[in-house]
Amino acid sequence: MSAVIAVATWLTDGRNWHGVEGIPHRLAEHVTISAISVGVAVALALPVALTLGHLRRGGLVAIGLSNAARAVPSLALLVLSALVFGLDSNVPIVIAMVALAVPPIMTNAYVAVTDVAPGVVEAARGMGLSGWQVLARVEFPLALPMVMGAIRTAAVQVVATETLAAALAQGGLGRFILDGLSQNDVGKLVGGAVLVALLAVLTEAVFALAQRIVSPLDRAHRTDARSRRGMSGLPGVPETDHMEPVRPGIEM
Amino acid sequence: MASVLAANGPNSLIWWDWVGRHTHEIGAALLEHVELTVVAVASGLLVSIPFALVARRFRRARVYIFAAFGVLYTIPSFAMIFLLGPFTGFLTARTAVIALVCYTLLILVRNIVLGLDGVPAEAREAALGMGYRPWQLLVRVELPLALPSVLAGLRIATVSTVGLVTVTAFIGHGGLGQLILEGLDRDFSTPMMVGALLSVLLALTADRLLVLLQRLATPWARR
Repeated sequence: MSAVIAVATWLTDGRNWHGVEGIPHRLAEHVTISAISVGVAVALALPVALTLGHLRRGGLVAIGLSNAARAVPSLALLVLSALVFGLDSNVPIVIAMVALAVPPIMTNAYVAVTDVAPGVVEAARGMGLSGWQVLARVEFPLALPMVMGAIRTAAVQVVATETLAAALAQGGLGRFILDGLSQNDVGKLVGGAVLVALLAVLTEAVFALAQRIVSPLDRAHRTDARSRRGMSGLPGVPETDHMEPVRPGIEM
Repeated sequence: MASVLAANGPNSLIWWDWVGRHTHEIGAALLEHVELTVVAVASGLLVSIPFALVARRFRRARVYIFAAFGVLYTIPSFAMIFLLGPFTGFLTARTAVIALVCYTLLILVRNIVLGLDGVPAEAREAALGMGYRPWQLLVRVELPLALPSVLAGLRIATVSTVGLVTVTAFIGHGGLGQLILEGLDRDFSTPMMVGALLSVLLALTADRLLVLLQRLATPWARR
């Protein structure tokens, strides 16, 4: 109970809402670094994934990448990046987070394009659209909901990882948690954790909304297995090769 | 090559001499890492099964279960370990394990439900026709057929838990993460490198072992 009071006191104390050490400034740092990282990752991964998907080439690389990347703990990635690129700026953090955000975007965008119904693509070609036009006007719009879902996964992961940047003496909302811990200040510690959790859930919600906006098609018309099973609203849980609806043959 | 080795010292990325003198400590960290992962994933599986069975049975409950576990999954681990503090104690092993379990739930419940949903209706009907009780149907027909999906979930959950254990080091129970934090504290790169590289290696090893288990346990699913 005392912890709740400490958190409420910390969150409502006017002094915590001003200056470089204040909540608005830390929040701005957190959102800026996260947005830059996701932006760079999208700019790097999306064109490559869409092109590969359109050409139906390099699938093994596009999909294997995210399987391999999942094995790298984000704290380990941050620390390795800081050791290689130095600890003086936010650059190693951005590099680590781009490395974290590229694989899910890459894999899902690739799969999204290859999943577009072949009949639709053939119809577009039959109407005289060039390869480039097919990608831009048919494949990309149809892949967009899944691409948006991938960006949502990446964004939530980046927001979470940016919290750990505090351990590398950088800013962001993680600072409150780490400072609260070292100063034995429960209000700051748990208050910071509450802010981090709220930001992550808000990020998830905003991108879920964006995903819904770019998915004008009725649920029933979607082709991916997850939405048919009423699981399309789930946050981005990574998938593996066995994730397709399992239909084992019965051998007696 | 000899000169590179000779130049190896406290300021190198990895000072091998330090590694050699601390194998005991590194081994203990690795062991703790494995322990926390195994305990968390096993507990997660135990908690997930009843939720998955309820979620499969009742459409309404399914929506609520996935929504609740989805929110848990979204909360960053660094925040979770301190949000639990007031309830389960700050800096306790219990808090670390509960936090780790929270992240396995969505993955495991989803995969168990997907697996059970994928059981062909004919198989179910044949079993019922053979006089199986509902409980027998579940244990002897449905769960074995759902195994590929369940194991795939177990694999994702295990690999992500290995990564998350490095974060629970912030509350003093983090195996290899402890080495990383120790290095950060002392501005000494060797333990950081050792902790980070070994945690990556451990995750990759766990992934490979579970793929192997997947192959052995479900020979019919081989492509």
